[in-house]
Amino acid sequence: MTQAQLAQGNAPLLAVRDVSVVFGGIIALNGVSFDMHKGNILGLIGPNGAGKTTLFNCLSRLYQPSSGDILMEGVSILTRPPHRIAEIGIGRTFQNVALFPNLSVLDNVRVGTHSRSNSDIISDSLRLGWVRRGEAELNKHVHEIVTYLGLDDVAHTIVSGLPFGTQKRVELARALAADPKILLLDEPAGGLNHEEVHVLGDLIKRIRDERHMTILLVEHHMGLVMSIADHVVALNFGRKLAEGTPAQVQADPDVIKAYLGSKDQ
Amino acid sequence: MELFTNQVLAGIATGAIYACMALAVVMIYQAIDHLNFAQGEMAMFSTFISWQLMQWGIAYWWAFLLTLVISFVGGIVIERLLFKPLAKAPVLTNVAGFIALFAVVNSVAGLIWDFTIKQYPTPFGSSPFLGSQLISTHQAGMIGVTLLLLVALYVFFQFTRIGLAMRAAASLPESARLVGINTSWMIALGWGMASAIGAIAGILIAPVVFLEPNMMGGVLIYGFAAAVLGGLTSPLGAVLGGFLVGIFENLAGTYIPGVGNELKLPIALALIITVLVVKPAGLLGRPIVKRV
Repeated sequence: MTQAQLAQGNAPLLAVRDVSVVFGGIIALNGVSFDMHKGNILGLIGPNGAGKTTLFNCLSRLYQPSSGDILMEGVSILTRPPHRIAEIGIGRTFQNVALFPNLSVLDNVRVGTHSRSNSDIISDSLRLGWVRRGEAELNKHVHEIVTYLGLDDVAHTIVSGLPFGTQKRVELARALAADPKILLLDEPAGGLNHEEVHVLGDLIKRIRDERHMTILLVEHHMGLVMSIADHVVALNFGRKLAEGTPAQVQADPDVIKAYLGSKDQ
Repeated sequence: MELFTNQVLAGIATGAIYACMALAVVMIYQAIDHLNFAQGEMAMFSTFISWQLMQWGIAYWWAFLLTLVISFVGGIVIERLLFKPLAKAPVLTNVAGFIALFAVVNSVAGLIWDFTIKQYPTPFGSSPFLGSQLISTHQAGMIGVTLLLLVALYVFFQFTRIGLAMRAAASLPESARLVGINTSWMIALGWGMASAIGAIAGILIAPVVFLEPNMMGGVLIYGFAAAVLGGLTSPLGAVLGGFLVGIFENLAGTYIPGVGNELKLPIALALIITVLVVKPAGLLGRPIVKRV
């Protein structure tokens, strides 16, 4: 991909190219390819064990694909160590929440800004002027996000004591704090009730529109995916089953078969 | 009554040293979940370095600062060379690494500076503190330096970006990497800081126990006892534990018949076992719960 193509604006922000992941004898992902375009919400669906989380973990560099490539703005991310993924603009949340349990909500969100600043231990310890100015700016940003997600009341609470739904919002806040270009959400609706899912859907759309992020949404809750996604990719047994608009994917016979089984089974 | 106050104050003074050692132990335990058995030897080596610098005519406080820098860098080097390769190795491999480090550092110190006991100066003097017979100026200095150190560490961990990153890396390394923290480097920093804190402990206790390669043996065991008592996950607990162990050691030596000076050390060991049986998380530590 050349700079010229990127400049045209039709190049994908993130491109998954023929990615396969093999654990021992098990093929968790088998030649999956798709593109994510700027400003879109892409829904990734599939039955349990379809490879959604595996793909997610490849994107955040927790797993190394056995073959294939993942390109962010035309550049492969596979040579980067995991701790240098945040700085190119990829942020994520986890299905089961992976917050720092013994840190406060505010500190958890503040850690999220780590990749945005670059001070070293010496200037940090001596509290040099530029470090303090940078910190003041980041703190403003952190407080803005805490307010954005309605976490003001619990800002100083240690997260391990908070309800699961609130913890999920804290994790979202931590991901937002880094101002990522791409936000990966792993089952954000898991464990939420009907009303909360509705609110979450609106929130995800607001994040996309107001904070200009591109969102990859892995979700079991079909209603949520179908109502907010611009584009849907369906996986089954590690392969891409179907891809298209929510309506197209919903009508795809292979997808219906994967979810409901077929008559002749 | 005067004997009692006297012993408590003396206990707080030696407790300050245990607190420093416990702080160093906790720093590394937080970073890599192991107890560094060589912490005391590293501190002893640092103390020898400062002694050597003073022998070469460098003034006390310059030697002190220079030793902290050398120890900090030395701690990082030890982590990079010896323990980074062992990061994924089983616990026992790490323990063997610590014991090897213990033996090597101890012998190298003996080789360079031999095993004769050396005088070590104190910058605080040893006259009575504020005209009181209860405590000497050096003891007061030890307590003061320890409290200063605790405040500095608290500010560093609570209010700086790197401090927060170190706490996050100790709390959940996977998530820390995802927000862009180089967790491997945070572990090295933990080693550097632990090594420098140990150097402070060594330099403070050297005027009391005199300088020689085996000077930290007993001190480290009290440091472990303090860390366990305070809770291995809490720096504040480590300092509190240090003072408590110091007081307890002195009072037991004075009031329990038959204990005296000779049986003081087993008291520390008994304390470790008692805490582990009764309250494994220590005074301020958080209980470690594993999902199985």
